[in-house]
Amino acid sequence: MTVETSIRLSPLADWAAAFDQLPADIQVREMPFRTQLSLRLDADGPAAASVAEVIGVALPTAPCTFVGTDEVEALWLGPDEWLLVAPPGRQAQLQDALRAAIGDEFGTVTDVSAQRTTLRVSGSLTREVLARGCAIDLHPQVSPGGTCVQTQLAQAGVVLLVRDDAATSVWLLIRPSFAPYVASWLVDACTEYREEAP
Amino acid sequence: MQLIPCPWCGDREEAEFHYGGQAHVAYPDDPHGLSDAQWAQFVFFRDNPKGPFAERWMHAAGCRRWFNAVRDTATHDLLAVYRTGQQPPQSIAPSTGQDQAQVATA
Ligand SMILES: [Zn+2]
Repeated sequence: MTVETSIRLSPLADWAAAFDQLPADIQVREMPFRTQLSLRLDADGPAAASVAEVIGVALPTAPCTFVGTDEVEALWLGPDEWLLVAPPGRQAQLQDALRAAIGDEFGTVTDVSAQRTTLRVSGSLTREVLARGCAIDLHPQVSPGGTCVQTQLAQAGVVLLVRDDAATSVWLLIRPSFAPYVASWLVDACTEYREEAP
Repeated sequence: MQLIPCPWCGDREEAEFHYGGQAHVAYPDDPHGLSDAQWAQFVFFRDNPKGPFAERWMHAAGCRRWFNAVRDTATHDLLAVYRTGQQPPQSIAPSTGQDQAQVATA
């Protein structure tokens, strides 16, 4: 028997106050409960075309990229695997639409919304702070907007989305059990950028 | 840290990868026909060359795909990476597990 509770707490619900204390040139916010669907199918098969019609954009086939619309974004996670990300609460609707579109073709759609929470990191210090724990070069020449890498940030597995060409806006998709650790690491990494105490 | 070129993601730190042992070790055609010694040979025995060696690697912290790599065991240079199902570049001529197969069926 499942117990339905009316209160839903995001993994980083307790961290908002700590994020507020960060230096002015970096902002960190959790974007909880976003819709995430795991999509597995043959990139060249008919199911890929059907999915493209539903989400309004062709699935990215270039490794380590993402594309999207205002409604839904498709993240490349592997040659036959994508993560579809949308605002909170769209799971059922999006899943039904995708399954109907795929029909009898080979493809799977799985709701994995609870698997990761999203941290939005922005501001001019973004690249410098992340570089303290992430080996990926976030320079715009290497990682322009639209880059989606799965890698490690301070040894924790993350999906890292570069939102703009200056890497001043980065989203981190993190497992809930690692989220408090990554949050505390981020706050610690920002320490030296604080204004000197008067 | 050494960088390993994932065939999908490009150069990534070694810590993102898992090692999968020797590549191209073919599953026996008739496993039931093997003696215990031959089966042990297939399961446990691997080449250990000094020089180019074809290995399996997996990009565990990234795209989570298996792939093959030819690594020089003396220098740790990765001489080539190629996707599963493909054969190593002829120019490198790594040990391919052929010796093993012959022993197993001898
Ligand atoms: Zn990879």
